[in-house]
This record gives sequence, C-alpha cells and structure tokens, in this order.
Amino acid sequence: MFGKLSWSAIPVDEPIDMIASGLMVLAVLSLLAWVTAKGHWRYLWREWLTSVEHKRIGVMYIVLALVMLLRGFTDAVMMRAQQAVSVGPDGGYLPPEHYNQIFSAHGTIMIFFMAMPFIIGLMNFAVPLQLGIRDVAFPTLNSVSLWLTASGILLTNMSLVVGEFARTGWLAYPPLSELKYSPGVGVDYYLWALQISGVGTLLSGINLATTILKMRAPGMGYTRMPVFCWTALASNLLIIAAFPVLTATFAMLLLDRYLGMHFFTVDGDGNPMMYINLIWIWGHPEVYILILPCFGVFSEVVSTFSGKPLFGYRSMVAATMAICVLSFIVWLHHFFTMGAGANVNGFFGVMTMIIAVPTGVKVYNWLFTMYGGRVRFHAPMYWSVGFMVTFVIGGMTGVLLAVPPADFILHNSLFLIAHFHNVIIGGVVFGVLAGYMYWFPKAFGFTLHEGWGKVSFWCWFIGFYLAFMPLYYLGMLGMTRRLQHYDNPAWQPWLIVAAAGVVFIMAGILALIVQLVVSIRTRDQRRDLTGDPWGGRSLEWSTPSPPPAWNFAILPRVEREDDYWHTKARAREERIAAARALVYEDIHMPRNSPTGFITAFFAVVTGFALIWHIWWMVALGLAGALATTLVFAWRDESEFEIAADEVAQADQAHIEAYWAGTAP
Amino acid sequence: MTAAAVHHPTTHHGMPAASSAAGPAPKRIIIAYGFWLFLLSDIVMFSTIFATYAVVARATAGGPTGAQLFDPVNVAVETALLLFSSFSCGMMSLAMNARNRSAFYVGAAVTFLLGLGFLALEMREFADMVAQGATPQRSAFLSGFFTLVGCHGAHVAAGLLWLVVMVAQVADKGWRRPVCHRLMCFSLFWHALDIIWVALFTIVYLMGGR
Amino acid sequence: MHRHATVALLLSVLTGVAGCTSGILDPQGPVASAELTILINSLGIMLAIVVPTILATLGVAWWFRAGNTRAQHRPDWEYSGRIEMVVWAIPAMTVLLLGGIGWVSSRDLDPPKPLASSAPTLRVQVVSLDWKWLFIYPDQGIASINHVVVPAGAPVRFELTSDGVMNSFFVPQLGSQIYTMPGMVTRLHLQADKPGRYPGISAQFSGAGFPDMRFTLEAVSRRDFDAWVAAAQGRGETLDADAFRRLTKASRADQPRTFRAIDPRLFNAVVNPGHETILPEPNPNFPGHDYPPLNKGS
Repeated sequence: MFGKLSWSAIPVDEPIDMIASGLMVLAVLSLLAWVTAKGHWRYLWREWLTSVEHKRIGVMYIVLALVMLLRGFTDAVMMRAQQAVSVGPDGGYLPPEHYNQIFSAHGTIMIFFMAMPFIIGLMNFAVPLQLGIRDVAFPTLNSVSLWLTASGILLTNMSLVVGEFARTGWLAYPPLSELKYSPGVGVDYYLWALQISGVGTLLSGINLATTILKMRAPGMGYTRMPVFCWTALASNLLIIAAFPVLTATFAMLLLDRYLGMHFFTVDGDGNPMMYINLIWIWGHPEVYILILPCFGVFSEVVSTFSGKPLFGYRSMVAATMAICVLSFIVWLHHFFTMGAGANVNGFFGVMTMIIAVPTGVKVYNWLFTMYGGRVRFHAPMYWSVGFMVTFVIGGMTGVLLAVPPADFILHNSLFLIAHFHNVIIGGVVFGVLAGYMYWFPKAFGFTLHEGWGKVSFWCWFIGFYLAFMPLYYLGMLGMTRRLQHYDNPAWQPWLIVAAAGVVFIMAGILALIVQLVVSIRTRDQRRDLTGDPWGGRSLEWSTPSPPPAWNFAILPRVEREDDYWHTKARAREERIAAARALVYEDIHMPRNSPTGFITAFFAVVTGFALIWHIWWMVALGLAGALATTLVFAWRDESEFEIAADEVAQADQAHIEAYWAGTAP
Repeated sequence: MTAAAVHHPTTHHGMPAASSAAGPAPKRIIIAYGFWLFLLSDIVMFSTIFATYAVVARATAGGPTGAQLFDPVNVAVETALLLFSSFSCGMMSLAMNARNRSAFYVGAAVTFLLGLGFLALEMREFADMVAQGATPQRSAFLSGFFTLVGCHGAHVAAGLLWLVVMVAQVADKGWRRPVCHRLMCFSLFWHALDIIWVALFTIVYLMGGR
Repeated sequence: MHRHATVALLLSVLTGVAGCTSGILDPQGPVASAELTILINSLGIMLAIVVPTILATLGVAWWFRAGNTRAQHRPDWEYSGRIEMVVWAIPAMTVLLLGGIGWVSSRDLDPPKPLASSAPTLRVQVVSLDWKWLFIYPDQGIASINHVVVPAGAPVRFELTSDGVMNSFFVPQLGSQIYTMPGMVTRLHLQADKPGRYPGISAQFSGAGFPDMRFTLEAVSRRDFDAWVAAAQGRGETLDADAFRRLTKASRADQPRTFRAIDPRLFNAVVNPGHETILPEPNPNFPGHDYPPLNKGS
C-alpha cells in the first residue's frame, strides 16, 4: 500500500536528526498557525501564492533563497564543528551516515535552492523593470516555475523528517549513487527534487530569455540594455542549453535505479565516467549561470554609486558573451585525474585559463568605472568592493587548478573547497546580497538600515577569510575533502580557525535578519517617495517604489544607454510639462492564476510517491497534473483591464512626489 | 546634469539604433519564439541521450547487437508514416490559416492516425525485442536504445494527446486567437519530432544496423 | 629542490607549525617536485598581477570616495580605447604564459608517461575495494593490503582499477593522483627518491568507510625490498578467486597484510568481469605519453 514507506522511515533513534527536523516542523507549523490566527490566508492566496506578477514572484524566489540559506548554513555549521573535533579514529559527534548526508545536502541546497532561486528572483524582479516593460513573456509560466522550485525545496526538506538524504556528495557520482551501493531513498530524494525544480528552472530560463530578446521598451536596442539585462540574457541562454543535459543525465540515473538499466552501472557494460562527463557539461555552465547575473549586479551598483556610466560597456558585453560561450568547453577540468591523456587535459586546461581573460577585463572595467567618480559607500558598494578584492583571489586559485599537473596534487583537496567557496561566496553570495540591498527599496518602498548592512558585510567578509584561507593551506598539507574523521593532529588547529570563521559568518547572517527587522519597524522614517533613492541610471528607478502592478504607465521611449539618468538631467520644468501632456491608455495585465501552485502540489505528491514506490499515488499525482494542464489549456484570454484614469492618477502622483522629493 | 550628457548623440558609441524601436513584439511572435526556445532545449536533451547512445552503442555486454535486432523494413515504414504525418500536419496548418474547419478536421485525423500507426509499429518492435530477451536491462547498449527511441516515442504520444485536445478546442471555441497560437506551437512541435527522428533513424538504425 | 624546501620552510614558519609540514609542500620524488615547482611558478606569475589589482581596487575606491574633493571628477568618462586595450592585454598575456606552462607540463607530467631512470621499473597493480587498497605485484607474485613497499630511487608503474565505486589513488608527497574506476585501467608513474614511509589516501569520496581508506607507501633500499618480497612469498594465504571474494566484503581500517601468491588472471578479471580478454602486456618501446588508455573490450 505504501511502497517502501513505513514508520521506520522516521529516524527516531537519531537525536540530532530528530531535534533538527522537530525544530523545522515546529517552525513551519507555527508559521501556518500565525497566518491562520491573523486571518492572512485570503490575502496570502490572492496577492502572493497565485500572483503571476514578476515582481512578486521575484520576491518569493528570494524569500525561498533566504530560508534555504539558513538551512544550508546550518549544515555548514555542523560540518565545520565536526571537523574541528574529529581527529582520531572515532572522532567527532556525527557518524559517517549522518555526516555524509550533511555535506551532500549542504552542496545541493546551497547551489540549487539558495543561489539559483536568489539569482532567478533578482532577474525576475529587475529585468522587466530595466527593460521598461510591464511583465515577463509568460507570466503564468513564471508562477509555475517558482512553485516547481518550491516543490523541489519541500521534497529535499521532507527527507530530513521522512527517510534520508543522499550520502553521495552533491553531484551523486555513480557507481556510488547506483542502487547497488546506495539502496536507500536518499539518492531518490535528491534526484526527484532536482528533476522537479530543474523543470522550473528551465521554464524560467525560456521565459526570461524570450522576455529579453523579444520584449523591450521602444528604442531599447541591444546596445542600450543595462548590463544586468545582458548578463541575465547570457545566464538564461546558459540555462536553456545546460539544464536539459542535467535532466537527461538524472533521467538515465533514475532509469538505472528504477528499471535496472545499465547506463552508469559497473555491470552490463555501463560507463560511470559518462555520467561524470555529462554532469559537468551541465555543471560548469551552471557556475556561470550563477556568477554572470552577479557581475551584472556589480556593474549596476558600481556605476550607480560612482555616479558614472559603466566604463567600457561594449567590453563588458563582449566579455559576458565570451564567458557564456567558453563555459561549455571547459567541463573536463573537473576531472583531469581521470587519465584522459595529455592533449585532452592540456586543451581543457588552456580553455579554462582563457575564461579568466574576459573575467579579468570585467574587474578592470569596474575599477575604471570608479575612477573619476564620486563613490558613495552605501552597503551595496561595500559588497561590490569586497567582491572585487575576494574574487580575484578565487580566480587566481581557479587558474592554478586549471594547470593539469597542479590539479593532480590539489584535486579534491580542501584547496579545491576553498577555491570554489572563494568564488561562490566572494562572487555569488556577495553579488546577490548587493542586489538585495540595492533593489530592496524599489520592491518595498523603504530603504534597508545601512548600519546593519555594513555590520553584516564585515562579518561575512572577515568570516569568509577566516573560514576558507585555512582550507587552502590544509589542502596543501594533503587533506582531502569529505572526511568524517582524520588522523593528522596537525590539521586540527586550522580546522578550529575555520570553525571560528563560520561563527563570524553566522553573525553576518544574524545581522541580515536584524537589518530586515529593524528596517521594517522603522519603515515610516525610511520611505522612498521619489522612487529613486540612489540616484539610479536605469529605468527601474523611474517608477514609484514599489512600482504599480503595471510598472510603467506609459512604456518609456529609450533614446540612449542609461536613459533614465539622461532624462533626469533635463530641465525639471521640461519634464513636468512633458508629464502633463502624457496620454494614458487602458492597460491589460495578466490575471492571477492558481495553476502554478496546484501544479506544484501534484508535483510534490508524484515526487514523494515515486521516491517511496507508492505507485497508486504516482498515478493519482500524474492524473492531477494532467487535469491541471488541461484546465489551464482551456482558458481564453486571461487578462484584466486597468482603466486609463486610474493609471493616470497614480502616475501623476508619482511625478509630483518625485519632483517634490528632489527639489533643490 | 552636465550639458555633455544631454547633448549625447542618440546612438551609443556610434552604433546604429537597433531594430527594436517598435517596442515589445506582438504576442504571436513572443509565443512562437518562446516555444522555439523550448524546442531548442528539448533538442539539447535529445543530444545528451544521443551522445550517451554513441558511447554505449558497442557496449552489449555479450548480448545482442543492433545488427541482430533491427528490422529495416519496419523502420522504413515507421519513417514514412512520420514524414507523411508532418505533411498532413502542414495541411492542417493551412486549413487553420484558411479558417476551414472541415479541412482542419481531416488534416488532424490523418495526422493522428499516421502518428498512432508509427507508435503501434514502434511498440511492436519493442515487444519483439523483449520477447527475444533483448530487454533494456540486458546491456548498456539496449538501455541506450530503449531510452533514446522510447523518449522520442513518448514525445509522439504526448503530441497525439495534444492534438486531441486541440481538435476539441477548435470544436468548442472555434478560431480564437489563443487556440490558433496553440495550434501553431503544436505544428512546430510535430515538425521538431520529425527532425529528431531523422537523426535517430540515421544514427541508430542506419549506422547501427550494420 | 632547494627552492621548494625554502618555500615549504617559509610557509611552515609563517604558519607556526614548523616540522609538521607534509603533503604536497614536502615533495619526496621527481613528480611531486616538478608539480610543486609548476604550482609555485604559476602562483608567482599570477600574484604579480593579482596583488597590484587588489591594491589598485582599494586605492581607487578610497581615493574617489564622495567626500574627497581633491579627487579628479569625470562623471561622463566611460570609454578609452587605450585603456580597453591594456585591460584586455594584461590578462591575455598572463594567460598566454600560463597556458604555455599548462600545455607543456600537461604533456611532461602525464601520469601514463614512464619516468626516465636507469633503475628498473617496478610494476604494481592497484585495486580499490570497499574500503581498502589491494596492491598486486604481478612480477613478484605477491599481493598486499593497505601497504605498498617499493624500492627507493626506482620508478614505479601503477596500473589501477576499482572493484566497485570510484576512488582516487594519491600519495601527496610523491605527486600525481589518479582515479581508480571500475571496468577501466589508469596508469601512473611515481618515484620516491629516499627511503621513508609516505601516507597515501583515497582522494575521491567512496562511501561510509572513506576516511579510513588510507595506506602507507614505504620506500626502502633495493636490498630491503628484495628481502621484503622474499618474506612475503613465504607467508600468508594465496590470493585466488575465493580469497578475493572475501576481500570484496566491505570493511574499514584493515590492518596491512600480505599474500604469498596470486592468481595472475585476477587483475584482468576485476577489470573485465565476465570477459576472458587479457590485458595487452605493456610495450617498453611504446612512447609513454601516447600510451592508449585501456578501456574494457580493447
């Protein structure tokens, strides 16, 4: 009746696991109880859960990402604490079964459920505003993407309570991840969670790429797009080209596990190395999917706070697209030690180094953007300068690892761990946090507390160096990754320093929470009435904060790069006179739809049933998904109209408020 | 701000203004473009399976090889059915453009029957192979074969279901704009399946049948 | 050699654990030394660019702060062809240099390439098991668990495979690691210059017993090696199919032990389960760096 599922799936005999999952369940239940007690369900359902508006979907993505940051970071704390004490044959407080799940979950959650939703959330929020349009190409599909991502997150976190997670590392290399060596449901949780959220990511990539390529404001040619839109385009094109590879690869591993096929098995002439090739053909572009939009955020932030146009716009665009293409021909550097031969290794090593060229160009262009400017050090600027300093170190160690013989002695060591955390924390995390603090006032109409933002930055910055510089050194001492215990006491002091670094990062995360709470409580004093709190240059700052559902009362006519900056430069009277002469029309906006939420519900049911081999429930879930699709497919025009009067009123009010706010 | 900024030329760095002066593209273009991107991603997924198949094509683990299993006549008939169904799908699109319902129904029915015939032949091929002990569990080669061909077959089956829904929508709603957009996407999908089949036919049956 | 010692010493003094340094900073063979040299050279080349870049970033950010009225103000300066050329040229030149190092060293230090030496090469077959290392000496007819003894100053040719999941064979002080993979054979040439005991590990996560998947590589004089072989031939059990089946049962932290004799077909049988193919004997005249990787069925 319930397949492999029984009461024994709940790990009552593991206290750490039970406390963790108990706390998680408690948190979720108390949140639900709070919403019920306050009577917020109706509001939540109508304004958020069924919303197809790009800004709200972006915000929900980022909320998911921040929650998953806490989950993934908890795993990190447990790992660092384990390694700080686990010298000796039975060292540490975590048994291998548990420790191996934790590092697998940490990697999976941080990449797929923290970094990806954060990036996609920022792109969803900012891209249509920067392009001067009212929504993405396919608003309902956007909601489906969001909720499929949430489904994957839900399944992954369910594994904490019911059953187990993968013990194979975050990429689940076979043959270890095959049924023979991993008979439990852990790998199935991993695979189905990522398959479901992967579909969401792919749809989101198609959606945003179509938006950028086909839906720009009048006059917004490619050479006038803000660089963030360019990097978002590159990132989404990479999603379209790379995620299907992941889907197919996971599908084949699933066929091995569920139907006894022989793609990656040891027997039946299967070939495990094929999986490793395929997963990195997805995996390397994936890191650029994450970092490119962050480069875009830094470009916006540095240019805005320096009060200057981005230096070398064309170079930046060329560099972005060069990275986009090159990222597909470097995957083999993840396994030089496979023994592919000198020429193959040499080729992939050189290609990898070539990627460093456009990346280096970007750093210099940011530097020259600041040159001759008046740099205002608001919190987003702190993250940007911190990034530039940290990222070049990560880039340098990356190029070191690209030299095949150097990789032969550093591969899989803590040096490698330090390297990719150096680029992921120093690049992606700093980038998304810069973006979060930069666009927050646009999304909610009030600024975040500057002081706590800077405290958070310094804690993260110091914490990162404390936590990961020792790992570079430990890698050179010969310490490999994923060790539940070790026998070399000389390593321990360094691991304790790394654990201290994690304490600093924890303080950084706490400061982020405090910043949010303080800012919300003092929001009335920090209202942004002009819609342009930073002296922004691109079109999103020409809208009120928060922007109305329709973003732009009248689609802006773009005449140059940094168009809004130049508009502002014109005489105030001219602007007001022009505003009075505006002619407003009715606006058609997509209607909210529960399709995404319902699809995700059935995706979770199907995924859970597949993981536990409950076949009747699989059939039920699939039937539900099919029915949802059919109902959705039967809809006619799903838009509603906003009257021109209403639009006019809101827009004129914003124009008045803007000029009142910026009056000399 | 400064005068220099205001008097900046309207083209940036002397680049010509791009062609998007008109603003967002019409809905029909956006939908077709987005669906093309989806098809592109689907083709990338197939490429992954193709690449895998190429790696395992000789990995028979002592089991049967393609040359022993494939029946060229069956495959030729399958190919013909699918190619003709693309033709009838094209006729169906023309009927839609002409807003001719009865021609549309005929085109859809022929497309559906040809597709169904293709699927039936494929199922028979699979059943024959399984009866000979050539199951997907036998070797990496057969895992690859069944997955690659089966994945295409699953797409065809999904297409048939889609076609039924579209016929029902035309019957129920007539030529409304969203219905026509969906039919346009269906047509793109069906032709893409043809392209994949041509690659599949060449790589699996022609090159692997010897 | 002096340079590595200096750098290693410097690092250990800097970090306050002088005497405890090991791993790749304390190379004990030609491969490890060459690889550390490449690592340090590449690091040096890049630091020459990276350090000034970091300083310039901080300097520019500080000097052009909003409060500094002495700083030049060029709010519309957004392009300079000359600067663009320089910023593309700096990383490009660096990468040109490093790419050359990468390409040449990738060929020089390719693991299957034999080491030049007047001493005869010892052949050792390696099988990674759950969770232990099996070392087979085909020419001596003995085998050993978690302990591999080799003559110092002579090249060792490892042929490696796995009985199940993937591992990575790595003796940090001797250099180059390489994967052990089921159904495939990888080749690796290493040499220990001096007698000593060098820790070896698996550097690829392989499941629950992974942290204990350690071994010792012991380099001894030629005479001691011959004595060790003779002693091993005189005790322990025979490694035949049955004994191997017992070995494949998962276990952790196995004590080192030796086998007096081996079934010479064993390694091939592990590589090609269910096949009767025989590995081609290595051809000493074959140019090493083009040595074809052996896959199953070849």
